[in-house]
Amino acid sequence: MGDEVLPKSRGMKPQQKRLLIEIAVVTAIALIVILFVPPMLVDLGQASRVNQLGRFLALAIVALGIDLIWGYTGLLSLGHGILFALGGYAIGMYLKLQIPPNASIQLPEFMSLYDVKELPGFWKPFYSFPFTLAAVVLLPTLLGGLLGYLVFRNRIKGVYFSILTQAATIVFFNFFNGQQGFFNGTNGLTDFKTINLGRWGTCIQSFYPSIKSWNINSWRLVVAPVCWISKEDINSEQTQFIFYTLTVLFLVAAYALCRWLTSGRFGRLLVAIRDDEPRVRFSGYNPTTFKVVVFAISAGLAGIAGALYTVQTGLISPKAMDIAFSIEMVIWVAVGGRASLSGAVLGAVLVNFAKSFLSEQFAATWLFFQGGLFLLVVLVLPDGLVGWLRSQPIQQIKTFIGIRPQVATYPRIEEDPEIQRERENLES
Amino acid sequence: MLEVLEVIFNGLSTGAVLLISSLGLAIVFGLMGVINLAHGELIMLGAYTTFLVQNVCKAFGSPWKESYIFFALILAFIVGAIAGLILERGVIRYLYGRPLETLLATWGVSLILQQFVRTVNWVLVIGIAIFCLLFFGGLWVLNRLPNFQQIRKWVITVMLPLSIGIAAVTGGFLSQTYKLAVTKPWFGAQGVAVTAPKWLFGGLNIGTLTLPYVRLFIIALTIACIIALYLFFQRTSWGLRIRAVTQNRSMSACLGIPTQKVDALTFALGSGLAGVAGVAISLLGSVAPNTGQNYIVNTFMVVVVGGVGKLVGSIVAALAIGTIDYIIASKALLPLVAASKPLTDLVEFFGSTDMAKVMVFALIIVFLQIKPGGLFPEKGRTVDA
Repeated sequence: MGDEVLPKSRGMKPQQKRLLIEIAVVTAIALIVILFVPPMLVDLGQASRVNQLGRFLALAIVALGIDLIWGYTGLLSLGHGILFALGGYAIGMYLKLQIPPNASIQLPEFMSLYDVKELPGFWKPFYSFPFTLAAVVLLPTLLGGLLGYLVFRNRIKGVYFSILTQAATIVFFNFFNGQQGFFNGTNGLTDFKTINLGRWGTCIQSFYPSIKSWNINSWRLVVAPVCWISKEDINSEQTQFIFYTLTVLFLVAAYALCRWLTSGRFGRLLVAIRDDEPRVRFSGYNPTTFKVVVFAISAGLAGIAGALYTVQTGLISPKAMDIAFSIEMVIWVAVGGRASLSGAVLGAVLVNFAKSFLSEQFAATWLFFQGGLFLLVVLVLPDGLVGWLRSQPIQQIKTFIGIRPQVATYPRIEEDPEIQRERENLES
Repeated sequence: MLEVLEVIFNGLSTGAVLLISSLGLAIVFGLMGVINLAHGELIMLGAYTTFLVQNVCKAFGSPWKESYIFFALILAFIVGAIAGLILERGVIRYLYGRPLETLLATWGVSLILQQFVRTVNWVLVIGIAIFCLLFFGGLWVLNRLPNFQQIRKWVITVMLPLSIGIAAVTGGFLSQTYKLAVTKPWFGAQGVAVTAPKWLFGGLNIGTLTLPYVRLFIIALTIACIIALYLFFQRTSWGLRIRAVTQNRSMSACLGIPTQKVDALTFALGSGLAGVAGVAISLLGSVAPNTGQNYIVNTFMVVVVGGVGKLVGSIVAALAIGTIDYIIASKALLPLVAASKPLTDLVEFFGSTDMAKVMVFALIIVFLQIKPGGLFPEKGRTVDA
């Protein structure tokens, strides 16, 4: 229908056009979030919210990963906290090894508490920054791929899969909690000092003052970047702004990746696996491969998110592998809307801001709210906010109160969803 | 010889705790395919009921003080069953056929229950009572109106805020007037302690080995529960119906079995068993709002390993997991592997309660590679076996 309306002379298919619009919108939002939101929040006297927003955007990356496996493929993982924490621990270990060369003990300080004399072997590669970056992505990806392969190979699925991932959470929690000499037990890795960001880090840093004092009149973004390799204080405002920017960029990249994965044949197969796995198998596909691949990708996203989250909070502890945290991740996606990527991002940011706001105001009752949120989303809003917005909310409110829509023919025919669906099928 | 006996006994007693806390879950999962993440919190409710019964019985003096545990068993079963019934009627029945959503919803319930136990005080209880009285009582009264179905949505939109408002105002008024007497939490966030009755102190001595009476009591309680369940399933008409629905839901419905009632009954039964498990667990240590969390994952593992729909699967799985867990955690294998250095290191490395769980999970994953359906999988030619 739409094809005839659009001018064909421009040589652009409606699909391409929609894609271009989406790219433009995402870029615009990303630019606004990087350039305008931080100075605005600072102006409002809410400077601490910038850091918070950065962290929540990092969490939105996990939410995208969960949306990929739950919303599209129908695999409910209750263990993404592990993968998130692995990414966090990887970068945390690198940061803990940034020991000034003149220090008396060339070990992370907590190790001396537990009588560790020598750096454990598996810490050593984390001296190298490239290795750390690779580990942030690959460690969770490989673990996710392995666990996924072992589980999906046997066609274990549904609630069984969820329970196993949940058990894995407990296991990793115990492991990291128990190994105090290796990972500082309950306290986790914290108290990071410096980070070696290299040349381009300094470039962004020189931009920072101009962005901070941003207003429309002073377009002072043209700053000559002075680039040299230096060690930065990780908690300085500038470095944190770099992390903020990085988080937004990674979120955009993750969004693009998920968009690409879910739009083509691969995406349609994921949805097919969710809706009827045996039929996919009978059509000659092997669902296991697809499930393993998508689970591994989602795990990698969780790892990246964990690393970005860790550098912004300055702490990674086994608490990130808590069962509660992993299930919370699922609820972000559920609130935003399953099988909708923008919903996942929106849900993660909204729920987390609501959480920080409510737990500041009524510390004791946050669990009531959270529990209620779970029930509400599952019982009343199964498609989340985005799903609800797509389905004509005003009309729904009206019907709920009891005002019937004006209909041309018989209400029975116009309001019966079954007949409506048939009619749409006939028309298309 | 004595070491072997010790391992067997301790494995048995760990397994009994596991089994009694997973029995209810296994029944519910077998019948409805529903994993109840709030199961741990139902156990916790049972434990708190024990605490309350203990305090009441203490006030009555000697004969009651020693036998409170039996009243606690009955009451905990009833409390668990009622909570389960409310949960099933209020939430789960809307979610049949959507197991993953049920998982999330029951997790929400478990959070609410945890916080409820932390904050419960007279104001909260009275407020909830007033709300229920106004809202559900009002609905019940209005239900007699002839045109109730048409005005139902209106009634709910008006009554819900009204009832909440009245309840909140009453609660606020009470807490203003009586201050701390009504706003003090009953239990608080800290754990509360249940002391076992005197006749459970001490233990049975066999040589140098002591078998604590509390552990023996839990084993006996578990055996009693299994026997009672077996009799219920095999000898009563409702048991027969439950078994029928477990095997084939739609066929049973066709033959006139009220599947909805069966669901509600089974869920209440499973939750009641969770309450009984709570009594057992309260004897093992202090009871805190997050006590249930410590048990859920283990009980799920029992269900996964045991397979669906057979009690015997859960029994074998619980005992096996309990024994293996104990053997690993207590380093009981140390004498056997003393000859080889790497094996000794391995046993030492996993020789703690935390690390034993890591090992047990790895073993479960390996086990599922061989038998994905659990020990006793359902027989039949389904597409999705």
